[in-house]
Amino acid sequence: MDSLIALPAITAALAFLTRRPGLLYSLLVGTALIHFGLTCWLLGQPLPPPSAEWIQIDATGAMFLLITSVLFLMGSIYAVGYLKREEAGSRTDLIEGLLFKNAPLSTFVGCLLAFLASMTLVCLSHHLNLLWIAVEATTLASAPLIYFHRHHRSLEATWKYLLVCSVGIGLALLGNLFLVVAGSTVSELASSPLQLSALVARAKQLDLPWLKLAFVLQLVGYGTKMGLAPLHTWLPDTHSESPSVVSALLSGTLLNCAFLAILRSCEITEAAGIGAYSGGMLVALGLVSLGVAALFILNTRDFKRMLAYSSVEHMGILALGTGLGGVARFGSLFHALNHSLVKATLFLVAGNLMHSYHTRTIARVRGLMRWLPATGALWLGGFLALAGSPPFGPFMSELIIFRGALQDGRFVVAGLFAATLALVFIGMSRAVLGMAQGAPPERPPQSEPGWSVLPPLLLLALSLVLGVYLPEPLARLLREASAP
Amino acid sequence: MDTALVLLILSLFWLLGSSSIPSLIRVVGYQGVLLGVLPILAYGFEREVLLVGLSGLAVKGLIFPWLMQRALREARVTREVEPLVSYNLSLLLGVLVLGASLVFTAEIPLPAAPPSHLLVPVAFTAVAVGLFLVVARKKALVQALGYLVFENGIYAFGLAVLPHAPLVIEAGILLDALVAVLVMGITLFHINRTFDSLSTERLVQLKD
Repeated sequence: MDSLIALPAITAALAFLTRRPGLLYSLLVGTALIHFGLTCWLLGQPLPPPSAEWIQIDATGAMFLLITSVLFLMGSIYAVGYLKREEAGSRTDLIEGLLFKNAPLSTFVGCLLAFLASMTLVCLSHHLNLLWIAVEATTLASAPLIYFHRHHRSLEATWKYLLVCSVGIGLALLGNLFLVVAGSTVSELASSPLQLSALVARAKQLDLPWLKLAFVLQLVGYGTKMGLAPLHTWLPDTHSESPSVVSALLSGTLLNCAFLAILRSCEITEAAGIGAYSGGMLVALGLVSLGVAALFILNTRDFKRMLAYSSVEHMGILALGTGLGGVARFGSLFHALNHSLVKATLFLVAGNLMHSYHTRTIARVRGLMRWLPATGALWLGGFLALAGSPPFGPFMSELIIFRGALQDGRFVVAGLFAATLALVFIGMSRAVLGMAQGAPPERPPQSEPGWSVLPPLLLLALSLVLGVYLPEPLARLLREASAP
Repeated sequence: MDTALVLLILSLFWLLGSSSIPSLIRVVGYQGVLLGVLPILAYGFEREVLLVGLSGLAVKGLIFPWLMQRALREARVTREVEPLVSYNLSLLLGVLVLGASLVFTAEIPLPAAPPSHLLVPVAFTAVAVGLFLVVARKKALVQALGYLVFENGIYAFGLAVLPHAPLVIEAGILLDALVAVLVMGITLFHINRTFDSLSTERLVQLKD
């Protein structure tokens, strides 16, 4: 388990030492492969009972580790092809026609691997301050990734990301300290006041006002990083300006890591018997995110920003499902998995589109199905999956959350949920269908190399499989993770 | 101990009212030194306390100001802070926040009494002042300084619960802050080179 964290950390350090592209590519893909293998092996073992260790695996962490590992593997394969195409030297900007350079290759690969190491630590840490350190480390490792294309827009995105997320996460740290205060009268917690299992076991003895304040701060702090509206301001800029493979990883894995951190705080509040208090806040934030995202999706003209707002929407769904609890909690964890697969697919495909059409404007991409049949089909399929059409995975998980809301008798919540989903469907279908069909442009776009189609295809296929058939081991993992 | 905390409050007001960036950097440095001394004043000369205090002093009192001074020199920016909210109004808000923190601390006291009754309100005020500097100042360098003040506030609050927190974790948090400042420093350098200025007024292109 420790090797899962150490391996990418060591290869990240190695990547900074070399400049040979071939070596860097093999480091990247090799690490991703071994990481994936180790993760599968770890998930094959029976889960150990909760202990006092700071680093341990439980069902929730295992699920997020699996998502991270699968996505990183696919992303790394795509990244190699992408980086080979982005040869060194000055390049012309697609949007404004200005010249820019890329960051050095070794920096990019090194930061990618460091990013993987920090996300793995997030999944495995069972100590809230260690978790905080890991989440902050993901911010710091990913900031240089966003600034890969060295021009002023990506710089603006990087600065916003750094500042907003660092400050946000700082609030979460303050929340951790509040939690220490809440537990300072409990003698059993004196030796290790922020160890998760110990906190959950003694949650009933915590000081309630401080615990509530701690939860609010953690929700605001990690919610900033997760992209819940109205704290999402950095997200569309960052996702639209970073290289597509980075957007895919940010959206598919990084947001999940922040979500995991919020889930950890919920474990404590629920054990302390104030689950209704924390759940209500999550439902409210979730609905606000859904509404804000739907409005922006209806109006955006840029397809990468559209995907970014869709991430806000889906993070809202996750918060909503978690807040409702019960069946919806299961649906929300399942949805985290589905959303990651589909969103990564779409961001990778968006990278192909940008390369062929030299634009991010929806109106200027036409005739996809004619010129780029594979990419076009993936774009269309990914959209259907993301918007919650059967038989893809997101449909199933959204249905479960919806059912959970109805079973609880939360009809207003269920109605708002369905209405915003419909709005998003309208907004996205207008954009995506126009791109797929329509009159083809005059300039014939470039070909579609295998590396650019295969990883998104695999991810989308996985999501399709999950919509039709949920394998028993995975279902058990989800059940264990959602039952407190 | 109380003297140190009062000095800390004064330094916060200085940050709100001062118009020159070099003096801001110096004051943030003094804050770091104060924060390094505070744990020793509060808990005496124990090994762990000394380690926390001295490492805090080294990072917050020496390394951060030095990095910021360097960023300022390299950037050769004008030394004016360029506030979005005027200095007088900033000071007034600072006083209000201090009052609110005092009331809050009186309303919800810590279950275990902290070493000084001023510690928690001062920490909260520092957090708020840091956040305020991030949102109400134009220059990216000053925003980074605001982030440091914010971190200082959290660190000060951490002192109230220091007896309960293990050392490794304190070290990890300090390390994270260090890397954060390094990454911000590099980004500042690029912002300056790309735009020929450190003002975030030109960072407004990304919007819907």
